Amino acid sequence: MHNTNLEPAILTEYLLHLADDALILGHRNSEWCGHGPVLEQDIALTNIALDLIGQGRNFYQYAASTANQSGLRILQTVEEKEINEDSLAYLRDTREFRNCLLVEQTNGDWAKTIMRQFLFSSFQYLLYSKLQESRDSVIAGISAKALKEVTYHMRWSGEWVIRLGDGTEESRHRIMQAITELWTYTGELFAPTDYEKSAADAGIGANLPSLKTEWDKRVAEVFHEAILPHPGGTGEGGLTADPWMQSGGKSGLHSEHLGFILTELQFMQRAYPACEW
Amino acid sequence: MNFHIRKQYYGDIPDEKGSGSSNGSKITRPQTEWPLWEVFIRNKQGLDHKHVGSLHAADAEMAIENARDVYTRRMEGISIWVVESRYVHASNPDDAESFYDPASDKIYRHPTFYRLPDELKHI
Repeated sequence: MHNTNLEPAILTEYLLHLADDALILGHRNSEWCGHGPVLEQDIALTNIALDLIGQGRNFYQYAASTANQSGLRILQTVEEKEINEDSLAYLRDTREFRNCLLVEQTNGDWAKTIMRQFLFSSFQYLLYSKLQESRDSVIAGISAKALKEVTYHMRWSGEWVIRLGDGTEESRHRIMQAITELWTYTGELFAPTDYEKSAADAGIGANLPSLKTEWDKRVAEVFHEAILPHPGGTGEGGLTADPWMQSGGKSGLHSEHLGFILTELQFMQRAYPACEW
Repeated sequence: MNFHIRKQYYGDIPDEKGSGSSNGSKITRPQTEWPLWEVFIRNKQGLDHKHVGSLHAADAEMAIENARDVYTRRMEGISIWVVESRYVHASNPDDAESFYDPASDKIYRHPTFYRLPDELKHI
């Protein structure tokens, strides 16, 4: 219906990847709810969490339909007659999640949460910009809608990076610490898995390596304004010349954090199967 | 594709021009609390910005974003104004008698003695 030249299994895996990225970061942000530094920022971050969970939901709904139409078995852990958005979010185990490692990292302090959001939103902005021209009309539609939200996420988090980097000694120290902790997870964003390569080849997904230059440029602009060293750079101020990058999340090999996230996220459905309220 | 980077600092308007209290102290300390801002929102049909409330923010840009997040979540508006509360000068309630009572017996100041054409709106 929407496309013809990508296997349903691969399309579904690609959709799960897009959905998992959004859901897991949305969940992480939601952990701040009621704990934000001030009321206004608590609401701001909760808004972003809701935006992301909404994006995840849209992709899960589509993934469920592609999986059901092709009779795909993607839930190894639970017997399900018909897959739906809830079973995809609540009944898969860590190995079946396809989110990148960056989004599952712990909130840390405010600076780390901000930096994680900024690094990811800058990527997601470029990704959705491409995906809104996807040959798959559903992906294109979801991405075009989500792009408006992500544009704001990038603006909001970028201004916070500048505020903290060019703020007090304390805030500067914390945001630099956040860069050190998170930079190693940025390489995975641009290293395509097999399903991402196939999706890109079919004109459905985005060509990830091609986004890297623009991402580097945007991040460098904000870091420059924030008077922060750019760790990717080899010049003066770069933390390392050619940093080694973590990977594996998009193939289901996650850090220890995802298990704890799912424990909390999935508790109700695991403890009271099929409960509704 | 224009990516937003703009720096604004609290204190873009110099202190001495504001009406905020000054104790003359020269010691600068990091602010422990963000200043208060008044928020005005114009809705889709509205012609004017209406005061909707106030919030805390470190600078004008953050105040606008906070206002967006706090006051326009349910599609209340399409335009936002913010102004730092300390720049608002208010009339004194004690002056109410001399300020407002003299107008109460001067109904001829209302244009109620004219018939308005139907085409005239917003009056």
